[in-house]
Amino acid sequence: MQDFGEAFQLAVSLVLSGDADLVEIVALSLKVSLTAIGLACVIGLPLGAIVAITRFPGRNAVLILFNALMGLPPVVVGLIVYLHLSRAGPLGFLGLLYTPTAMIIAQTILITPIVMALSRQVLEDLNAEYAEQFRSLVLSRWQQVRALIWDARFSLMTVALAGFGRAVAEVGAVMIVGGNIDHLTRVMTTAIALETSKGDLSLALALGMVLMVIALGVNAMVQSLRMTAVRHAYA
Amino acid sequence: MPMRDVALNTVMTGNGADGAALPMVPDIRAVTTSDLCLTIGDKPLIRDVSLSLSPDGITMIMGPNGAGKSLLLRLIHGLLPPSSGGVLWGGQTLSDDLRRAQSMVFQKPVVLRRSVAANVEFALKARGVRDAARRDALLDHVGLLDHARQPARLLSGGEQQRLSLARALATAPKVMLMDEPTASLDPASVLKIEEIVLEARANGTKIIFVTHDLGQAGRLADDIIFMNQGRLHEYGPSDLFLSRPETQAARDFLQGRIVA
Repeated sequence: MQDFGEAFQLAVSLVLSGDADLVEIVALSLKVSLTAIGLACVIGLPLGAIVAITRFPGRNAVLILFNALMGLPPVVVGLIVYLHLSRAGPLGFLGLLYTPTAMIIAQTILITPIVMALSRQVLEDLNAEYAEQFRSLVLSRWQQVRALIWDARFSLMTVALAGFGRAVAEVGAVMIVGGNIDHLTRVMTTAIALETSKGDLSLALALGMVLMVIALGVNAMVQSLRMTAVRHAYA
Repeated sequence: MPMRDVALNTVMTGNGADGAALPMVPDIRAVTTSDLCLTIGDKPLIRDVSLSLSPDGITMIMGPNGAGKSLLLRLIHGLLPPSSGGVLWGGQTLSDDLRRAQSMVFQKPVVLRRSVAANVEFALKARGVRDAARRDALLDHVGLLDHARQPARLLSGGEQQRLSLARALATAPKVMLMDEPTASLDPASVLKIEEIVLEARANGTKIIFVTHDLGQAGRLADDIIFMNQGRLHEYGPSDLFLSRPETQAARDFLQGRIVA
């Protein structure tokens, strides 16, 4: 076990020197999580919007399901994806287990409910304001969804950032389906877990610092978006 | 033709400056309702309203709070389905095509979170029209062309309502339904909106207008519907209603007394 002060100094030097391993791990983390949030938005925003503007039998049950799925345990998601992608599983023939694609799938499953549930709430509130005007203009459902998503864009970007924050900080699912393979599926969170268990704190701390910077950056962007929205009266 | 007249013609007829035109809509201005009822829960809110409105001019719907004026307007426009009875537009039952020939202005302006110009473009695009000249003519008509690039939600209440009017006129409606559009606006804004409404009427748009304001009724109305407790009490020419109301409820309303 390294001395904490020494480990901290080493971590800072790793970050400042742009250590190749560190950069590779950070780049893969961003690639996986950004792709996952992109997919989650493509799936979750229209679904959230449809539920926001539609009344149908069993809607309350769907809302409860949306909210419950926001708390999906990452290891359970990892396990389910693992079972599907493993050689004996129904999708085993795709050969995706222990690849970044498997990690993207797991993270997408994990954060799509967050995007769906939060966007549904945002869009439902906006729709309460717009609904009569939309009906008066005889808009199709698709026109309504597009208009709502566009007009709620600042709030929805905040939703996307919340999903990204969850994805990039997640460890359980990507560990199970990615396998934490060096130079292939090692991301920040799995590397931190591994290096800490090995007692090599410098790389773990360096990655932790980058993760913290990303978390702060995400929050700064959320705040900045809110201020922009207020400034332009689009809030 | 002077520039303003060209712009006004563009606004009212739907003919774009570049030749683009809104889709043709049927003439639906003769609105009739038959035994129109709306019951929510076990409470009857609109009771057996049968009317045959003149296809021209401005019809005002008046009555005390809770009379059912806004509900009647929504039933006519098709925003609410009636519990029984029906509405005919030029002898036809309401369809999406017929509803596209109408537009509605709400008491609280519904302003999209976009620029002033984009709010008008939205209504034009809803009819499949992209016409910047028509958009600008509409904004000029309501006195908002100088604000075209501003966020619409930064406009004053009166300006937001004029923007709503521009959006309603964008579709060149045969019938425009207005639910207390001047409530809580200052006198100058009220007069500006009334001027736009009168121009729309002069260009052949049928207006159905909900108001509490007797002065406004005197200035604008050609005929008046008087509602109380969800029932139609009177319908007739405005000068007759305002000078010689037939029912006690209407007399009480006009004299500022509590209406039973």
